[in-house]
Amino acid sequence: MARKLPPVNVVLVGFGWTAAILGQELTDAGLNVLALERGGWRDTSTDFAVTFAQDELRYYWRRALFEEPARETLTFRNSPDQTALPMRHLGSFLPATGVGGAGIHWNGQNWRFLPSDFVAKSHNTQRYGALQEGMTIQDWGVTYDELEPYYDKFEYLCGISGKAGNLGGKIQSGGNPFEGPRKREYPNPPLDMVYGPTLFAKAAAETGHKPFPCPAANMSRPYTNPLGVTLGPCTYCGFCEKFGCGNYSKSSAQTTILPVLMRKKNFELRTQCEVLRVNHDDAAKRATGVIYVDAQGEEWEQPAEIVILCAFAQHNPWLMMLSGIGKPYDAKSGDGVVGKNYAYQIVSSVDVFFDDKIMNPFVGAGALGVGVDEYNGDNFDHGSLGFIGGGYLACWQTNGRPIEYHPTPKGTPKWGAKWKQAVAKNYLTSLSIATHGAVMSHSNNYLDLDPTYRDVHGRPLLRLTFDYTDNEHKMSDYLTDRAEEIAKAMNAREVHAKKRTGHYSIVPYQTTHNTGGAIMGTDPKSSAVNRYLQSWDLHNLFVMGTAVFPQNPGYNPTGTVGALTYWAADAIKNQYLKKPGPLVQA
Amino acid sequence: MGDPRNRSRGFEMAGTPVSRRDLLSAGVVIGSTVALGNQSAEARSYSGAVPWTPGEANAPTPVEPGPFQYLTQDEVKFLDAAVSRLIPADNLGPGAKEAGVTTFLDRQLAGGFGKASSWYMQGPWKKGEETQGYQSKMTPAELYRAAIKGIDTYCAGKFGGKKFAELSTDEQDEVLKGVEGGDVKLDGADSKSFFKVFLQNTIEGFFSDPIYGGNREMVGWKLIGFPGARYDYRPYVKKHGEKLNLPPVGIKGRPGWNPST
Repeated sequence: MARKLPPVNVVLVGFGWTAAILGQELTDAGLNVLALERGGWRDTSTDFAVTFAQDELRYYWRRALFEEPARETLTFRNSPDQTALPMRHLGSFLPATGVGGAGIHWNGQNWRFLPSDFVAKSHNTQRYGALQEGMTIQDWGVTYDELEPYYDKFEYLCGISGKAGNLGGKIQSGGNPFEGPRKREYPNPPLDMVYGPTLFAKAAAETGHKPFPCPAANMSRPYTNPLGVTLGPCTYCGFCEKFGCGNYSKSSAQTTILPVLMRKKNFELRTQCEVLRVNHDDAAKRATGVIYVDAQGEEWEQPAEIVILCAFAQHNPWLMMLSGIGKPYDAKSGDGVVGKNYAYQIVSSVDVFFDDKIMNPFVGAGALGVGVDEYNGDNFDHGSLGFIGGGYLACWQTNGRPIEYHPTPKGTPKWGAKWKQAVAKNYLTSLSIATHGAVMSHSNNYLDLDPTYRDVHGRPLLRLTFDYTDNEHKMSDYLTDRAEEIAKAMNAREVHAKKRTGHYSIVPYQTTHNTGGAIMGTDPKSSAVNRYLQSWDLHNLFVMGTAVFPQNPGYNPTGTVGALTYWAADAIKNQYLKKPGPLVQA
Repeated sequence: MGDPRNRSRGFEMAGTPVSRRDLLSAGVVIGSTVALGNQSAEARSYSGAVPWTPGEANAPTPVEPGPFQYLTQDEVKFLDAAVSRLIPADNLGPGAKEAGVTTFLDRQLAGGFGKASSWYMQGPWKKGEETQGYQSKMTPAELYRAAIKGIDTYCAGKFGGKKFAELSTDEQDEVLKGVEGGDVKLDGADSKSFFKVFLQNTIEGFFSDPIYGGNREMVGWKLIGFPGARYDYRPYVKKHGEKLNLPPVGIKGRPGWNPST
């Protein structure tokens, strides 16, 4: 039996990027805010200090900063007719546990979505006619123009390094000409560029593209953000994504918000406290608080006037299902909303091998690279291509960590003397072009509760049913072909295009861009939260993170997650607190 | 944190831990099932200050030299021979055996990785599709033990009583290819699953920081030109196309700084 604690104004479930932003914004509004984090306190000097942060085995391969499947995992299958089995160790994606969440080990690739991405359904049907059968994409209920100030706010919090491509509608040379209009430049100039991406930029320009430095949450110079927190310049150490930054040079909750938030007396953080479910009074259409368990196994009831789910992506809809909030999605009928429209990303690459060009791949940063955006979203005519959506192409130089990075040409054996020779020959003289494609939502890609497997607390695991559809494969092949054309213009010894083929697999690492399951929209029949990320069912429950994406556009999600969080915080502070109740009438 | 109802607000520099006495007085049973893997710790509350404890850092634990902790003598012989085929010594330099990969594997199998301590290891158990990943009941340590025994048994049957380590290198390569492709069936272990994890761990041992027992004298890093655990490459970003020839350095430094690296 859980023992009841004194109420707080706001309880935040999880303490990563979105909770840190909300903690800061809502304590500023005078509220008492409590964050409950299932993992421990984490900080630069104690957990990934520069004296030992560069440890490939410990942090990536032995998963030091990530979620432990022994405690919580999910089950997975490709289609509803299969039996889902547990993801027994991490692979395809890497959620985190602990303060700062996955924002500690992200690359820092910080993008805005295209204006047309937010109206994907109406835009695409207007231009190309009816959607493919089974495709369940929706409009977001919020527009790019509405989000622009909040994108800006997150970029200035983080100190993003980049070059604007569109200032107030005027295209800027050197930036991404396809981006939506922005009101001002990035807070910091682009990072210095290493060799490989400059070769890609040259080849891309020669083949008629407009390459640009990718926006990075790695600091190109010292930066003090609007909260007064200072980040140091990036040292290009190559231990960035999948690692914590030892140098205070990558934006995270730790390096941008916590030094201010943690000092506030109206904020409290409890670590090693895992929320099991949300309590609610359906008659009153209100959440009443949460039940959590601490590391000793003791259960507590924490009443709160506002409950905000800030856990990693799919954990938020999981908590809603475990708490009986919202109507669960039924894939057969298409009814219900919670668990609907899980999506991911589809990625491929083209490896380029030179004989004589030294790349020094170990000089890198998580978001150091040159991009090409001609084939993203609806930046190109999809005419008779047979798919919608797209993605960017980029030549990143993030790392030369040798367990992970030791490229070999096509046909090289996987071990033995020839493998060793190929690794030694190509390590310094190769690069790779990545494609980063959208995933449109589909009626058979969804989340629900597993009937068999349980987590460490005895709760049913989340069950993931997901596969790429024809739309994704066609699109990804198209992107890979375009990347190969640019690669061939680089006059290399050898080009090896690695298309994404077959069914989605939970095994190899692809990306931690899991989306959907508690999607936002304009209608409670087809979405779980409204345009302010407020539950349609319980007006004092809000849901953050990528779970609210109705489908997944062709960019990394964090920039939009940050913008949506500031947008929701603004609505809570300036609308909800004045008149608690539904912010949108159903 | 103790009982969160009694938490004193204010400047708690390193968070307030739950004391055993708090729990006992609250009638709580200590030692619950939630403390698994490497992330078990006590609940804490933080408010009013940035947590900070002087002199506290979660530094890595280097392996200690000394006798094998998990592997038997037969398993050591097998692994010395097998890792020499995966990454052989040649005119480019030392191979996996010379790099200490067998010691690396021993320490990994004896520790959390070998025990699958962070993996979800609850049944029911089903084989599943390839896309659903590892579904064996065996921990990595158990898988190595069963597979090595199985391969030696297979070799004895096929090569007149000889164990894997006693075969010619060509014969060893042939056996390993059979294990890799699944043509060599093993008693008590799935050959393909074993080969996958064995190859991955061998590459880890060859290229990870020397504090974990492999990559001795940083031979893996020297082979490819990886400078190791450095943290500032700003002077080199714009040196496009130049070979830098930076000598590698590990977390503990490098020979010459400290004889034990």
